[in-house]
Amino acid sequence: MDLKLDSVSHSYGKTEVLRDISLDIASGQIVCIVGPSGCGKSTLLRMLGGLEKPGAGRVLQVGAPPADCLNPLTFIFQDFALLPWRSVQGNVSLVLEDNNLSTAEKQDIIGDVLMRTKLSEFADALPKQLSGGMKQRVAIARALAVNPAVMLMDEPLSALDSQTRELLMDDLISLWTRQPFTAVYVTHNLAEAVRLGHKIVVLSRRPGQIREVVEIDTPLAERSYGDVALEQKQQHLWGLMRDEAAAADAELLHV
Amino acid sequence: MSDPVRNVPFRGGGFVATRKRGVGLLVFIVLLLFAEWGTRTGFISALTLPRPTDVLLTFQELYQSGLLFKHLVPSLSRLLIGATMGATLGITIGVLIGLFSLVRAGLVPLVAAIFPIPKIALLPLFVIWFGIDEMSKYALIAFGTFTPTVVATYAAVDNVDRTLIRMGQSFGLNWRSIVTKIVLPGAMPGILSGLRISLTIAIILLVAAEMLGAEYGIGAYILQAGSLYDLERLFAGVVILSVMGVVVSAGIAAIERRVLRWRV
Ligand SMILES: Nc1ncnc2c1ncn2[C@@H]1O[C@H](COP(=O)(O)OP(=O)(O)OP(=O)(O)O)[C@@H](O)[C@H]1O
Ligand SMILES: [Mg+2]
Repeated sequence: MDLKLDSVSHSYGKTEVLRDISLDIASGQIVCIVGPSGCGKSTLLRMLGGLEKPGAGRVLQVGAPPADCLNPLTFIFQDFALLPWRSVQGNVSLVLEDNNLSTAEKQDIIGDVLMRTKLSEFADALPKQLSGGMKQRVAIARALAVNPAVMLMDEPLSALDSQTRELLMDDLISLWTRQPFTAVYVTHNLAEAVRLGHKIVVLSRRPGQIREVVEIDTPLAERSYGDVALEQKQQHLWGLMRDEAAAADAELLHV
Repeated sequence: MSDPVRNVPFRGGGFVATRKRGVGLLVFIVLLLFAEWGTRTGFISALTLPRPTDVLLTFQELYQSGLLFKHLVPSLSRLLIGATMGATLGITIGVLIGLFSLVRAGLVPLVAAIFPIPKIALLPLFVIWFGIDEMSKYALIAFGTFTPTVVATYAAVDNVDRTLIRMGQSFGLNWRSIVTKIVLPGAMPGILSGLRISLTIAIILLVAAEMLGAEYGIGAYILQAGSLYDLERLFAGVVILSVMGVVVSAGIAAIERRVLRWRV
């Protein structure tokens, strides 16, 4: 299943947030969205996931999601959004409970995703007992449990320290290489974008417009540190971002 | 010349509630001992304050004559029935206000209008509506418990983390699941601390209702004692009320410890 944005625009009251965004998200690809603060990245993601209606334009699904998919468009939130009163297991089971699965089927899915995210030992822990990185792994496990067609991630790693971020990024890459998934990944971090993205969309400052789409063909598993081509792409992205950020700052001065 | 060496002065700490056992009890005991000593030495005249040991004796008489339970049982059942009715209705309406904007628009002004009414002032009205016996007392207690419960409940529902609700929606949970698995558990802390207040108000209203027409009941007992200026019996009655207050508060605390274990 592919997703397609067809000249989407949006305003909150008088503030125009997004202007004429058209974008294809092909299945099996990770699309990263970068852009200065407040340019409407989260808004765009919420529209892709059906949590917000675009002011103009259309958000389209092309093709049907796979049959075993319980929730085609699945979010991973920056602040984890775990229910503090449910255990790790309970948080995963929450999203399966409305789906007419037998207890055994649910147990199988929960066991499988906790194993894939290396959380099996912590099945009965409450969120307050977990570190930030583990909480985000629970959120990833919860998202995997519904077998999504597209994962929508809004700065999933930005609440974590840099070591944990590295580890989780490796986890994401190995999850993807084992079984490619489609994802839209919003981030501030250009290094993350060039490690994960097949396609990197650079948005301009508010109102967000597509400034450039950078494609990276190197397979995910082969991207390593110090790769010159990647380094160049990152420099190029930073050049684009810096202009936007500087212009955004200058605008603030004039208000 | 050597530089002086000293510890860095400690200036952190404090501003954290820690659990200190027995201190509350100690305050009670000190006050009682002071009253006992004052009344024995004549420093406090017998007309001002009854002697604690006399109150204890009165209490013992009350217990042995079997009158204690004759007063306590009707009071407790009134409290239980009235407060249960009021709290149940209050939580239900509060959740509805929290969930539906239409209900909120319709009922919040009404609740604001009835909140400041001293409910005791309405007892005559309840007597006309529900008759002189039990039902009007239940109604008074229920009405008094209802308003603070409603306000606490809808505030608690409003305070549930919206990102959790959006999360539920983004996983395609149905409306019922979102309410029972996300909204209600999330509102629980606020609802319980609201109950703490409304149950205390229920005890106050219980006494008020019993003072205005009941043969048996703690309120009736206190009223009789008061009209005879029998301070020992008056205090015995008051002590019973205090104990009820402490028991209610301890009960809620126990429920909180059990239900809200997940809180940080
Ligand atoms: N519900 C809302 N109502 C009104 N304005 C909003 C709302 N949500 C976002 N905005 C505004 O829309 C603009 C874009 O917000 P959005 O959260 O999409 O930006 P973002 O690119 O995700 O920013 P950040 O990088 O800080 O996460 C911001 O200026 C924000 O103030
Ligand atoms: Mg954002």
